[in-house]
Amino acid sequence: MSNNYASRDGLVEAKAERNLRLVYIFVVLLPIAAFVFSFPLGRYPISIPDLLSALAGKVFPFVHGPEGVINTVIFQVRLPRILAAMLVGAALSIAGAAYQGMFKNPLVSPDILGASSGAGLGAALAIFFSWNVAGIQIAAFVVSLLAVIAVYFLSNKIKRDPTLALVLTGILVGTLCSSFTSLLKYMADPYDKLPAITFWLMGSLATVSPKNVISSFVIMSAGGVPLYLLRWRLNVLSLGEDEGKTLGLETGKLRLAVIICSSLLTAGAVSVSGLIGWVGLIVPHLARMLVGPNYKVLLPVSIAIGSVYMLLVDDLARCLTSAEIPLGILTSIIGAPFFFAILLRGKKGL
Amino acid sequence: MRFELKDIQCGYSNQAVLQGISFSLEPGEVLCVLGPNGTGKTTLFKTILGLIKPLGGEILFNGENLIHWPRSKMAQVIGYIPQAQNTSFPFSVLDMILMGRTAHLGNFASPSKEDKKIAERAIDTLGISYLTNRIFTELSGGEKQLVLIARALAQEPKILVMDEPTSALDFGNQLKVLSQVRQLADQGLTIIMASHVPDHAFFYATKVMLLNQGGLSGLGKANDIITEERLKALYGVNVKIIKTGIHLYDSEESELSMCVPLPLQYNKSWGLK
Repeated sequence: MSNNYASRDGLVEAKAERNLRLVYIFVVLLPIAAFVFSFPLGRYPISIPDLLSALAGKVFPFVHGPEGVINTVIFQVRLPRILAAMLVGAALSIAGAAYQGMFKNPLVSPDILGASSGAGLGAALAIFFSWNVAGIQIAAFVVSLLAVIAVYFLSNKIKRDPTLALVLTGILVGTLCSSFTSLLKYMADPYDKLPAITFWLMGSLATVSPKNVISSFVIMSAGGVPLYLLRWRLNVLSLGEDEGKTLGLETGKLRLAVIICSSLLTAGAVSVSGLIGWVGLIVPHLARMLVGPNYKVLLPVSIAIGSVYMLLVDDLARCLTSAEIPLGILTSIIGAPFFFAILLRGKKGL
Repeated sequence: MRFELKDIQCGYSNQAVLQGISFSLEPGEVLCVLGPNGTGKTTLFKTILGLIKPLGGEILFNGENLIHWPRSKMAQVIGYIPQAQNTSFPFSVLDMILMGRTAHLGNFASPSKEDKKIAERAIDTLGISYLTNRIFTELSGGEKQLVLIARALAQEPKILVMDEPTSALDFGNQLKVLSQVRQLADQGLTIIMASHVPDHAFFYATKVMLLNQGGLSGLGKANDIITEERLKALYGVNVKIIKTGIHLYDSEESELSMCVPLPLQYNKSWGLK
């Protein structure tokens, strides 16, 4: 009888391992497929053979790729945009997954500590003072980090459960930033700067340059790599402050590390893309439904799903109509019903 | 191994809840802490676990004050079993137990095959291998408590601290968990446990500590410490203690006693025949 149980358990385990291997294959292949699939899309048609020969021409100097416009479209327009979409999606998803664990709450998104509101204020300031595109991005990034730093230090003053203190001060600073953004919009030139601020806040990847991709890749790696290495410990952190400590976790230090890393990821993402909601909330849910809550597997799967989801939404944004649809609007329109469907599907994701 | 509290004063922000708490424990001893709500059992436990700093006194492990130890070192000595666990994430039972290995793992590491073996050994000790692949959040209260004990065992501590581990359990599960506690003590673990039921102390404890407002009101063997007068003073209720005639071990001393609670308006003339 007990043998029977043991062998059944063994079977279950073997099946679980096989499933996990399938998931890993999916994690690697899906982003590659989405990457290739996204090149031909857009107003300027590019065939797959064109794309392959252009890529080969870039990698091997002896192959002559296509010349002129095709090359420019592929390498100066499509490639940076595709990479930026994938980076932004992945970054927001990792940050969201990490924060959901840290706050012991699956309904948390990466902007809970005011990173997005801060970025919005920074961008609004830069547009108000007529800075150039690079200036807008730098301002968004810096103010976003400043907002989170303010939240962290203010929360340390509150003698309560530290995660609750963080949430409360996050709301406080976030609201403050939004109010100042509104003030700037109110004072801005209504024919020129007001639309620019409003459009930035809706999110878009239309103006992404190769330089943007490189700089945001560096920033996101600085946040993403440590978080990825620490990921197993996020499980223990998600059990709560006291339990984590009694299991041997330096919760204060790990929490600070998660905040720094997630803020770099979020600030790095929104400073390139503008405000994009829902991604960091939905993707970890979807990943948790597929592979369960263990961060060891959850984080890589979140990266894969996040990058693919963002890329596909951006494909829609640039192909659906002749004018671009702001990305933030699309992520919410697609995200909200999608999230409802996840909630209906049951408790496994939560 | 020797675990000792010396004149501990504990509480929050310089307001002492408990004062003058001292005791020492050897391997295999079970200390049961009894006291009414609000006397500071949880505060004392949090102090022992290093979650709040003591306002005075020393906590000694083999003569070494562990108040300033790093978390991982502390967790290798003291394991904790909470009253209840309410994670919102559906971890598997195995994942949950593997988290007991945190103190033994580097910052960037995740559990190895070796850690998995240790976790499986803890699962076998508690006889809950049928739960291994279940989802922790879907278990019953009793099953959860057994998993949390297994997690604490995977931590390989010398001392187990349990804060009312049976308070949310039904009659049968209470007994199962308490029997496990006894067995673990027989294997050489030291156990410190809070309870609301004096019977539990008769059943498994080698030592009992009574806490009253402000401090210690009794420390020693259960049969000596738990008296009708003390329980009346502590809880303000009438209790009759009865020798059951049941011996858990082969000695005269091990006769099991039981508390029979009596109505508050108990009249001596009703008599006990």
